[in-house]
Amino acid sequence: MIAIETIQETAERLMEKAAIEIPEDYLDGLRTMANTEDGDLSSFVLQAMLENYEAAKQDRRAMCGDTGCPRWYVKMGNEARIEGGPIALEAALRRATAKSTNEIPLRPNRVHPLWRTDHDNNVGIGAPEIEYGFEPDGEWIDLVTVHKGGLFGTDYRMLFPSDGVEGIKRFFLDSLVAFGKRGLACQPAIIGIGLGGSKDTCMVLGKRAACLRTVGSRNSDARIAAMEDEFKALGNSIGMGAMGFVGKSMVVDCNIEVGYCHTGGMQMSVHAFCLSSRRAVARIHGDGRVEYRTDPDWFTDYQRRESVEWTPPQSLSKSA
Amino acid sequence: MDTATKPQQIRLSTTPSRADLEALKIGDIVYLDGLIYTAREGVYKKVIEEGADLPLDLPAESAVNFHCSPAATVNPDGSFNMGAVTATASFRFSKWIGPWIERSGARIIIGKGGMTSKDYREHFVPNGAVYLTTVGYGTGALLGRGIKQVKAVHWNKELGLAQAMWVIEAANMGPFIVDGDLAGNSLFERENARIAANLDKVYEGTRPAVLRRFGETDDRTDEVIG
Ligand code: SF4
Repeated sequence: MIAIETIQETAERLMEKAAIEIPEDYLDGLRTMANTEDGDLSSFVLQAMLENYEAAKQDRRAMCGDTGCPRWYVKMGNEARIEGGPIALEAALRRATAKSTNEIPLRPNRVHPLWRTDHDNNVGIGAPEIEYGFEPDGEWIDLVTVHKGGLFGTDYRMLFPSDGVEGIKRFFLDSLVAFGKRGLACQPAIIGIGLGGSKDTCMVLGKRAACLRTVGSRNSDARIAAMEDEFKALGNSIGMGAMGFVGKSMVVDCNIEVGYCHTGGMQMSVHAFCLSSRRAVARIHGDGRVEYRTDPDWFTDYQRRESVEWTPPQSLSKSA
Repeated sequence: MDTATKPQQIRLSTTPSRADLEALKIGDIVYLDGLIYTAREGVYKKVIEEGADLPLDLPAESAVNFHCSPAATVNPDGSFNMGAVTATASFRFSKWIGPWIERSGARIIIGKGGMTSKDYREHFVPNGAVYLTTVGYGTGALLGRGIKQVKAVHWNKELGLAQAMWVIEAANMGPFIVDGDLAGNSLFERENARIAANLDKVYEGTRPAVLRRFGETDDRTDEVIG
């Protein structure tokens, strides 16, 4: 049984870590880009960002003044039991969000869409979002917080099989060019692409591809992995760098996730996880131990399963 | 003017002289000293549309308007706790910026992403104002370091912490980049034009979607299947 107090304390710690400590995989990706960027202004911006991450850690201050929208992903092993059940869990995550907003401090961003009511704590109707996933074994739960920024950089389009990869590339470029100008997407970004599903699940897949996969990870389908490489290179060939200045630092990495869709369609969504790619993860074990990390490791074989019954893969190499 | 020249770095008072501003060129890096206030749609509506009195003496105390909502809280004893500060996208404030600059005497507008060169020519240049963009834009921690203290917050009850008017004392706060100079040039538009030259090549091997959307055609009698 996992104590609810442990969950809330861990969640508070995660809020702070996400807001202040840029994940190592993103940082490495950005350093690599800073080393190869030759646009003067774009280079200056990347250097300033690298200094900013340092300043945030030294001062224990949020890396970006815009909190984005803090949200939670909860993944549970099949045997996990939570004190007070899921209702207590959700209350703990809402409390942690409100408390951390005040204490770090984070900017309270969340308001009612019509009445602009602001509780000054990033909590309200449907906020923070809490999404769930499950894994076959284990008594643990993984808590993941993502502080996703960016009013700009996300789009959806219903494509069709006849649009093909050429159509996918077009929409990918359209999104980057549209939102990269003036740096509205706060690039270089992790670009997540969702393909298939339905409109809503396509958005969810793309967002998770951007926020729940690390820089350098590749889809387990080798052909999709090749597309990820190709799209990353394509995005960086636009000629646009940080802040939309001339340069080549647009895409730190491109992650693609797919879901089966209606036979007549090919839904596509594009999401940009910005210069403040804030995510933090903790595993709380059944015995109360807590381990922190930055890789959500969300897209396991189980999450990408294709068949009716779940059969664990026999070997590490996935069938092609 | 060429991207090959290293950007020059300049320290500026938040009550700058005309000559100070004339020396700024697009692409220059600026750091600021003195009082800065935040104002965005909430404050603009209140002052311009509802005619509220300005809560401080502008531009004598400060000629710098930051499009920003800081990550800050007001402690029970009335003191402030300010963490990171990051600008918000300025293009949305176009309809208020002219009257605001006239009313407040602002000479420097700081924000995210610049405004259009049309805005610069119509509202900034005639009033002797320039536009500085924040960098990144996520350099909230660096900018937070440049704040010596929070002087006051106005209208936080009515407008909420994000829309309130924060008055902060800046010490070597930056970096900012000059996007709009006194000649009405826009750095972002110059960069966009340079990038545009390459776009046809990048788009080779792609094709438009078979189902278009309104907006891609403005003729509402058009069919969107293409
Ligand atoms: S998009 Fe990201 S880096 Fe940019 S202002 Fe928002 S949270 Fe900060």
